[in-house]
Amino acid sequence: MIPLSWYLILSAALFSIGLFGVLARRNAIAILLGVELMLNAVNINLVSFWRYGDVTQMAGQVFAIIVFAVAAAEVAVGLALIISVYRTRKTVVADELDLMKW
Amino acid sequence: MTILFFLFAAIILASAVMVVSARNLIHAALWLVSTLFGVAALYALLDAGFMAVVQVVIYIGAIAILFIFAVMLTRRELRDKGPALNANWWLSALISVLVFGGLLFLLSAWSGFSKASAGLPSGFDAVGALGEALVSPQAFVLPFEVASVLLVAAMIGAVYVALKQK
Repeated sequence: MIPLSWYLILSAALFSIGLFGVLARRNAIAILLGVELMLNAVNINLVSFWRYGDVTQMAGQVFAIIVFAVAAAEVAVGLALIISVYRTRKTVVADELDLMKW
Repeated sequence: MTILFFLFAAIILASAVMVVSARNLIHAALWLVSTLFGVAALYALLDAGFMAVVQVVIYIGAIAILFIFAVMLTRRELRDKGPALNANWWLSALISVLVFGGLLFLLSAWSGFSKASAGLPSGFDAVGALGEALVSPQAFVLPFEVASVLLVAAMIGAVYVALKQK
C-alpha cells in the first residue's frame, strides 16, 4: 500500500511549484493561480493526515473544508481587486502597479 | 492503487508546472482545472469521497470558472506581450527548490514519515461522521459558522470593490 510519505512528498512538490508561480509570474491573475496550487497542496496534507491518523477524528477533513471556504473568499476578493485595478490602471502586470512604491 | 497514485501524481505535477509556465493565461487556468481534477482523484484514493465531490463542485465549478472570467475581463489587444516571468525568476526557482528540500529534510526527520495506512473500521460512515462533526456543538459548529460569516463578508466586499465607481 501507499505510505504516508508519498503524499507528503507530492504535496511538498506541489507547494514549491505554486510558490515559484507566486514569486516569478508577472501577471497578477497568474500569481493568484499559484496561491491556489499552494492551498491545494495544504489540503492534500490535511486529508492524508486524517486518513493515516485516527479516521474517527474528523478534524483533518473539517479543516480542509474551512480551507475551501477561505480559498473561495480569497479568489472572490482578489479577482475583484484585480478587475478594479485594471479599470483604473489598464494593466494587471504586478511590476507596473507601483503607485504606492517609495 | 500504487499505479493510480503515480498516474494522478504525474497529472498533478505536470499540470502544475504548466500552470506556472504557460504564457497564455487562459491555458494556465485550464491547466489549473486539470491539476484540481488530479487532486480530486487523490481525495477519492484517500477514501475522502465528500472532499473529492466538493473539490470538483467548488474548485473546478466555481473558482476555476471565476479565474477564466477574470482573465477574459482583463485582456486587451496588447495581451500576452512581454515575458511571462519577471527578471528575478531564477531567484524564485532557487527559493522554491530550497523550500522543497527543506520540507523533505524536516519530514524525513519525523518518525511517522513512512507510516502505512490502516484499513477503515468496518461500517464506518466517513461522510456521516463529517456532517455530524460540522454541526455538533461538541465539535466544529463554531468554525463552521465563522466560515459562513467569512463567505458573506467576502461576497459583499467583492461586489463593493468590483462595482463601477460613479
